[in-house]
Amino acid sequence: MAESWYLAAFIGVTAIATFATRVIPFLFFERHTDHPLIKHLGRYLPAAVMALLATVFLQRSANWSADVPGLDALLPGLLVVVIHLWRRNALLSIAAGTIAYMTIQQLALVPA
Amino acid sequence: MNQSVFRLTLPILFGYLPLGMAFGVLFTTQLDYPWWAAPLMGLVVYAGAGQILAVSLLAVNAGLLEVLIAMFVLNARHLFYGLSLLGQFRGAGWRKAYLIFGLTDETYSLLTSRSRSGDRHHEQAVDFRITLFNQCYWVAGCAAGALLGANVTFDSTGIEFALVALFIVLTIEQFRALGDSFPIWTGAAAAAVATFLLPAAHQLIGAILMVTLVLLIQYRRLRSARLQEGLEHG
Repeated sequence: MAESWYLAAFIGVTAIATFATRVIPFLFFERHTDHPLIKHLGRYLPAAVMALLATVFLQRSANWSADVPGLDALLPGLLVVVIHLWRRNALLSIAAGTIAYMTIQQLALVPA
Repeated sequence: MNQSVFRLTLPILFGYLPLGMAFGVLFTTQLDYPWWAAPLMGLVVYAGAGQILAVSLLAVNAGLLEVLIAMFVLNARHLFYGLSLLGQFRGAGWRKAYLIFGLTDETYSLLTSRSRSGDRHHEQAVDFRITLFNQCYWVAGCAAGALLGANVTFDSTGIEFALVALFIVLTIEQFRALGDSFPIWTGAAAAAVATFLLPAAHQLIGAILMVTLVLLIQYRRLRSARLQEGLEHG
């Protein structure tokens, strides 16, 4: 019984902490939507965050102790860029990159 | 509308199902709690890295205050996501609370990258569907992983690369829409610095803080340049 109370409280606390990080900007900056600084951040932040997420997660997908460090993720990543610049079809680029990565990982094409 | 939203969120489906399953498997194999607590967490917490961390905190019966702080710090990057959506979510009514609740990395990426019409009410309804679809994928993944436990047979190794590929595609799309590569290089450089200097758990927030700082400096320089120009021409 004590265990299920702990679990319930744990999930509640986890949910509150996560929601807090998402709602705080809306509570404190709602009235400043038209401030030039908020507009500046709103304009440039998404692009910077996207590049940042791509870089961090690409780095984490790679094996950096392989013969050619990182090749197992950089190659599929490059494939995504090339195919996307060529056809500009998001699903196609993502599918091609994912299949390439899965093939490399599952067949261990790049020796570890 | 559902069909186009499904198409738009398809890469998220390929990322969230395996990641949610990974969480579900971890949850039931590491802990003694009932399986349905895993999808319940997907429903009320809805945070990828956060839920994985939660498993290790649950395993050691961590104190609730410690849990609160650990979760807040881990998810602190979300503090910056809302800043670019203040105007977009304005006047969304009953949908707004859910749009904010569902603001994961992936949902934020889609909402800030997709093209929009002038009809704000309609666009907010689309945003709502995107958020809802994404969470459905996540909860389904959590449930499937928890039910299957360690008996997962399909070799889906590497399928989570779909999310990496999605971030790459969205970076290219952001660059196209913005016509300015400065934030892209800033983001990539900050990420590189963070991965070299910081432990994995703090890399995202560290990089986001760096990026925000650079954008603040850029804002100040642009503003003083504009003031200078005003003085010269005025």
